Amino acid sequence: MLVEEIMKTDVVTLPPSATIKEALALLQKYRIRHIPIVEADFSIVGIVSDRDVRDASPSIFDKEVNSHEMEYELRSIMSSPVITIHPLDFVEEIARIFYEEEIAALPVIRDNKLVGIVTEKDMLYTLIQLTGTHVQSSHIEVKVPHRPGILPEVTAIFGKRKTNIVSVLVYPYKSDPDYKILVFRVQTMNPLPIIQDLREAGYELMWPNNIPEPKL
Amino acid sequence: MKCNASFVFSDAFLKYHFHEDHPFNQKRVVLSKELLEETNKLTKEQIIAPRMATEEELALFHDRSYIEAVKKASDGRLTDADGYEYGLGTEDTPIFENMHEASSYLVGGTLTAVDAVLGGKSDHALNLGGGLHHGFKRKAAGFCIYNDGAVAIKYIREKYNLRVLYVDTDAHHGDGVQWAFYDDPEVCTFSIHETGRYLFPGTGNVNERGIKEGHGYSFNLPIDAFTEDESFLQVYEAAFREITEFFRPDVIVTQNGADSHFYDPLTHLSASMKIYERIPFLSHELAHQYCGGKWIALGGGGYDIWRVVPRAWSQIWNVMSSGEVAYGDIPSGWLEKWQPKSPVELPKFWHDPEESRPTIPRKVEITEKNEKLLLNLLKYTKPVK
Repeated sequence: MLVEEIMKTDVVTLPPSATIKEALALLQKYRIRHIPIVEADFSIVGIVSDRDVRDASPSIFDKEVNSHEMEYELRSIMSSPVITIHPLDFVEEIARIFYEEEIAALPVIRDNKLVGIVTEKDMLYTLIQLTGTHVQSSHIEVKVPHRPGILPEVTAIFGKRKTNIVSVLVYPYKSDPDYKILVFRVQTMNPLPIIQDLREAGYELMWPNNIPEPKL
Repeated sequence: MKCNASFVFSDAFLKYHFHEDHPFNQKRVVLSKELLEETNKLTKEQIIAPRMATEEELALFHDRSYIEAVKKASDGRLTDADGYEYGLGTEDTPIFENMHEASSYLVGGTLTAVDAVLGGKSDHALNLGGGLHHGFKRKAAGFCIYNDGAVAIKYIREKYNLRVLYVDTDAHHGDGVQWAFYDDPEVCTFSIHETGRYLFPGTGNVNERGIKEGHGYSFNLPIDAFTEDESFLQVYEAAFREITEFFRPDVIVTQNGADSHFYDPLTHLSASMKIYERIPFLSHELAHQYCGGKWIALGGGGYDIWRVVPRAWSQIWNVMSSGEVAYGDIPSGWLEKWQPKSPVELPKFWHDPEESRPTIPRKVEITEKNEKLLLNLLKYTKPVK
């Protein structure tokens, strides 16, 4: 999946000459946490987060509110240079950026212009879609040897039963490199025939199907 | 306490039949009815015939275009591609002849039960042919075509203007009914089910609490796989009592799926007959305490149709009609008639003998996890002090 498929294109921006006060108003109005700072040609020069704004705001314990701090230009507090991504980047890659850089929003730049934004929340939402948990389904986990051709062998069993697969995940089996866990979400309320076929074919099923008694 | 109760039944229920190998089998209803007749708990006068729901009534919940599609499927005029859009012709809900009529009878049965209770004929009514809680507004799913529970609750809202508490003890999440009233504060839904982490339909998380005005009126207890009687009843009873006190309904509609039993092939819960004795008891008690007795009970899932469902469903009627569950031996007449037809050995007693129960690993953890879930579920229902 590509960034252009999940990015938001309707981005709230401000110029570097805008004030901290204006930024605060936009953060509150749109309930967002990041504002990319762009020039008139939409080239990105910085980013301001709600935390940057809060750090620059007077303390709530400060009785004498000196509001002139709020009149400072954003260029004085914005983070720069900005870590950006491209519309053709992979979602998996940007997940790594979020993880490693410990940031929560990534502006999307094409041809030196801001074209979108992906937040950590968008990213999580996409991962939920990838796991398939948002549609009606039953869930089956199978432990298989890590070798070529294993996935079509297992999925053939689903195909034979005419069961539609909503999603497939492949993840490591603990730290054993010789095995993988295949996670299937299938569109049926009756996974029993498939579970039986998988057992008969000699595959090892994971919880809760690894306790055959007393159900069979 | 003896109550005036009605039992909705007709052979027409048997026409809701996908095919021989399909796990959803309405023979369960006949097995239950005959078990009750053999125990002398069900008389002819107590049985009322269902009517067929009209299209107008179905449209209280379902899309007209979906009803049209089901009618087309009913006489073989629906293409595969059109069917797919409506969930018709899948492995779970295959197309069968006259499926519209057969499904309309199940809905009509539930409406008949509603009218019997709310029209003042009976205190309680039971439609074991109903409880098809996975049916969506415009989609068949999980063995369900029309959602009789959702249609009936819309019907109650429209015709009687009462506040409804829907309680779903099927092992699968009652998603169709929940989504139907997700934004409605006059209808409170409560579903206890095996966690959707593995089991169909996957929803029913504790944080699904409703939206807009309906926020706070959806309750879900997704208990762990292999939950047994004690833990099930502990969290169920506490939640049911507190939700009823919080919502104070005018009428209770229960969906009594019987697929949480250790014999059930489709789920991983490990309850015994104990829960099926206690579940109707609680509904009965709370209906009398809060709703002047007004209680409508429906069937639902239940895929061990020989050893589990007839006993579980008969106990609902036993409680409804006499306030007591049956004990001791299963009548020999019933066993003699049905044992030759059953692929498994039929149970000799109403209860499950201790030695038949499986030993479940991780019981302590499962119980603890379910308790935490209960606290999470009820964090907004406590009265303000």
